[in-house]
Amino acid sequence: MLSLYILGDSPIHRCPAWLKLLALALIGSVVMIIDSWPTLTAVLVLIIGAYVLARVPWHACWPMLRAMIIFVAIIAACQWLFGSAATVAVVSIRLTCVIMAANLVTWTTKVSDLVASIDVAVSPLTRLGVRTDRFSLAIALALRFIPVIAEQGRRIREAQAARGVRAPLTYLAPLIIKTVRMADGVGDALESRGADLRPVTTAGTPACPSRRAFVDTADHSG
Amino acid sequence: MIRLDHVSHRYGARDVLHDLNLDLSEHRIGVVGSNGCGKSTLARLCNGLILPSSGAVSVEGHDTAKDSSAVRSLVGFVFQDPDLQIIMPTVGEDLAFSLRPHRLPKAEVAKRVDQWLHAYGLQSHRDHPAHLLSGGQKQLLAIAAVLIAEPQVVIFDEPTTLLDLANKRRIMDIVLRLDQQVIVVTHDLEFLTDFDRVIVLDQGRVVCDDRPQPALAHYRRLALGEPPVC
Repeated sequence: MLSLYILGDSPIHRCPAWLKLLALALIGSVVMIIDSWPTLTAVLVLIIGAYVLARVPWHACWPMLRAMIIFVAIIAACQWLFGSAATVAVVSIRLTCVIMAANLVTWTTKVSDLVASIDVAVSPLTRLGVRTDRFSLAIALALRFIPVIAEQGRRIREAQAARGVRAPLTYLAPLIIKTVRMADGVGDALESRGADLRPVTTAGTPACPSRRAFVDTADHSG
Repeated sequence: MIRLDHVSHRYGARDVLHDLNLDLSEHRIGVVGSNGCGKSTLARLCNGLILPSSGAVSVEGHDTAKDSSAVRSLVGFVFQDPDLQIIMPTVGEDLAFSLRPHRLPKAEVAKRVDQWLHAYGLQSHRDHPAHLLSGGQKQLLAIAAVLIAEPQVVIFDEPTTLLDLANKRRIMDIVLRLDQQVIVVTHDLEFLTDFDRVIVLDQGRVVCDDRPQPALAHYRRLALGEPPVC
């Protein structure tokens, strides 16, 4: 998911984002209904065919495949304890189908196109007073900042290792603190770039206590 | 013009700025001072990111407390750390994000994004994930993302602090070539030598407000604990 868009001009790349999202939703629903492993295998073969059609490079696929194989193997091992071989096969192929299809969509679709499609899909909710632009912005922010937070975590672990700290989970507290501070900075950036986080009354004043109250307590006195 | 009228600001119990009265109208204005003297607070007040505890800040007559949308469309803000400023996952998408409030047709957005990518040498990175850019490229993207929205004033909060010498020079050149009014908060005194005005802050007060040469001389003496000249 986070490897994001891979530049290309295949038929899958040219396919509209809404159609790919719809296909993904359909595949996700269909594989949950099917209980026959041969039929699920046929769906998987179709998805692999879509990969070939999309001409996604092997070096881009491999890290995802490796992580997926480990994940599916763990789930399969757990299933093996409670179920039959057929159940293990069904669950494993089902998960593989969904993960591979989701990755294909994100690899062949620009985030801006995904976001625009989601904007259109949820736009009827605006009639109920829902700020639908926040859905797509939240997705974009997650895609943008998960790698940044992962990098922060790696730096903290390196710094701790350099100081001889080896306990595996000790990096979590500084990472959470850093992430919260970062969220404050990102909030400032969103406001200054006109993302309009706060509901504004017709008089132009904040309609409710806003994140500005939190900003005011954050010391920017440098 | 940005006007600060009897502006004070406090964080909790700590007073950071004390009764500032400033008219900021020159083309290039620098703000210097030691760590914690209130430089960044002053910059954030000018953009409406924070509101004064007392007094008023206005930009072209728009009060930052009452008309924040208008203020933000007039004043762009470049943060010290571009990683926090870049919102969208890829380079091209982040530039396009700045144009969202303008509600332009898709083709016009793409055209402007291309122009700015080209102007800042980022055209080959259009579809690249922003987190994979170098520090200098990230700062260039952050600046381009502010300028593409065509603000009348651009505030830079320590824009060269995280950069190497080559990228620092590049950012300085860009800032000096801007037609807009620029306000630069920095510790980099060399940056400000060709500016029109430099404000020196110390413990939340303006202790010198002059042309760069005397103001920077004052700041150097202040930093060394010598008697002031302003």
